[in-house]
Amino acid sequence: MEALINSVIFEAFSEVGGEILKQANDSAILNLSSPLAFSTDSFVVSPLFFAGGDIGKIAACGTINDLAMVGARAKYLSCALILEEGLLLGTLKAVLASLASECAKAGVKVVCGDTKVLPRGKCDSMFINTSGVAEVLCEGVGVQSLKDGAKLLLSGDIGRHGAVVLSAREEFEISADLKSDCKSLLGVVMALIEAGVKPLCMRDATRGGLSAVLNELSRASGLGVVVREADIAISDEVLGICEIFGFEPFELANEGTFVLAVSPDDEQKALEVLRKFNPFAAYIGELSVRRSGVILQSRYGTQRFLEPPKGELLPRIC
Amino acid sequence: MDLINDYRNSELILALAKQIKAEAATLSRPINIMEICGGHTHSIMKFALGELVEGVVNFIHGPGCPVCIMPVSRIDEACELASMQGVIFCTLADMLRVPGSHTSLLKLRGLGHDIRALYTPLDALKIARQNPDKNVIFFAIGFETTTPMSAVIIQKALDEGVKNLYFHINHVTVPAPLRAIMADKNVNIDGFLGPSHVSVIVGSNAYKELALEFKRPIAISGFEPVDVMASVLNLIRQHKRASFEVFNEYKRAVSAQGNVKAKELVAKYMRPCTFEWRGLGEIDDSGLCLKDEYVSIDARRVFALQKEQATKEAKACICGQILRGVSKPPECALFAKACTPNSPVGACMVSSEGACAAYYKYQRRGA
Repeated sequence: MEALINSVIFEAFSEVGGEILKQANDSAILNLSSPLAFSTDSFVVSPLFFAGGDIGKIAACGTINDLAMVGARAKYLSCALILEEGLLLGTLKAVLASLASECAKAGVKVVCGDTKVLPRGKCDSMFINTSGVAEVLCEGVGVQSLKDGAKLLLSGDIGRHGAVVLSAREEFEISADLKSDCKSLLGVVMALIEAGVKPLCMRDATRGGLSAVLNELSRASGLGVVVREADIAISDEVLGICEIFGFEPFELANEGTFVLAVSPDDEQKALEVLRKFNPFAAYIGELSVRRSGVILQSRYGTQRFLEPPKGELLPRIC
Repeated sequence: MDLINDYRNSELILALAKQIKAEAATLSRPINIMEICGGHTHSIMKFALGELVEGVVNFIHGPGCPVCIMPVSRIDEACELASMQGVIFCTLADMLRVPGSHTSLLKLRGLGHDIRALYTPLDALKIARQNPDKNVIFFAIGFETTTPMSAVIIQKALDEGVKNLYFHINHVTVPAPLRAIMADKNVNIDGFLGPSHVSVIVGSNAYKELALEFKRPIAISGFEPVDVMASVLNLIRQHKRASFEVFNEYKRAVSAQGNVKAKELVAKYMRPCTFEWRGLGEIDDSGLCLKDEYVSIDARRVFALQKEQATKEAKACICGQILRGVSKPPECALFAKACTPNSPVGACMVSSEGACAAYYKYQRRGA
């Protein structure tokens, strides 16, 4: 175990926190001067590698993004590994390299961690937990700031990650163009703040997809949400997979797409910034005191509710 | 042609809605159209098509969800088989959630039993090959759409000499429950939206006799909004001129004869039998079971099942009336209160193709 930690794990993070890790103290000593944001997440993905990413990339981006969603820039990450006996060393190295690469891009250091190995069959090849601390650059970003008339923007097309993982898991042949949207959102959030946008609330649309996020915003604010189907970008590949299995693209997970709520004054500026990062970014709707729940308006004027997803996604029968 | 977006074209949909309203203007009351298939129920709710034809069309939800019509007794059998030692129990999707008398497949999976929801039934064969020391049981469900796939797996298993794959056949057919519904005096249906996927197999000719027998028009419709609206328009026109024809709107997939090869394959391994429908009771020749010469792969006969009396369905649950098209989900006292997708009482709430699940998901607050 010591050899694994020293030669594989410390080595993987040598460029992103190695100097602190190698001290091998019981705790890392960190320097931070501003208000702090702190978040943790555990990552369980099957398969470990998929089109557009892997569990290491998600483990880094997931926590960096959770922190970015409150207007904070991640500085330090922990990395706890739960490994299944028999996991190939090459697989572990590839995952750690991917995790380290994302941290390097975001200027984040991995400064502490933990490793456990469980007997074969006791865990599904590997689980990763990352926690992160971050400097808050923009205070007051959160559901408490949501208000009637706030504009909702979506940073890109939806459902890619869920569709890719589902396809890979079921050995379903898919177009080579379909890749997970898994990526760090730190850059786009920093760009928004630098452009003078004051986000009221941001939330990345991970498990449960866009539908879960919109319902959370509605519940937390006590306001209704009205969004237009025509403005929500969905790739043909994702739509096709959803049609085959009977899923809603609104319920599929994303790993690099987020919903941004801003005051009407900030809408245009925010959209311009988002579009620099993703051409499919769009203004999709607004919060309204006059409505309740999440309402989806169709292209031909009908309306229906967008309910939060219920449990595991099961395909339709015929 | 784009098989998704072109059939969701808003200009076409709005034009069809306008035509439907114009045609219906001379009718003295709204036309009652039953969609036989749960897929149509979901399309109608998902795209809120009822709004476009409000006041002129009353959609009635039929018995065409294979999960909703499964009686508690069969779910109890599934749970009993799935609880046996050395068994890998395979079925499709929503069946996992349906409550039996005492438990559900999902709860049993939580207790550690090896129960798998397959994305494709062919996986049952793969699982049997990979686990020669286990008995793999495939709980086959569905209307004419999914029956040929079960027949294919049976054929492959027999050809390959796979000895550890057993079948619990719960396949059902469309015409028999329709006859049961039309025999109910409380039912008031002016026309039917014929199922899409079922019709790909059985062919449009299969409905000619029913249309004449019921003296009602049938429009075989695709699942997309343009399909449904075009079919509704046809049904209104037929209703006005009192014709009882079978209109094949879904010509891009449905032929007059259907899939002859598939039908032959089903007939090779299965025969009609009595099936107990939830809400409709026992109907002669409405289900399929394995022929006697295949007794060695018939899970119901190979594994001695307890003949325990199934628990009666909840008294307040009106799934039976909903499946007959007599009531709508919001009329049930349990709807969205004691009965929700997370804690379903009746089968119509369990299945994603069920009418109650569709109402709950898309229209609950508006109901």
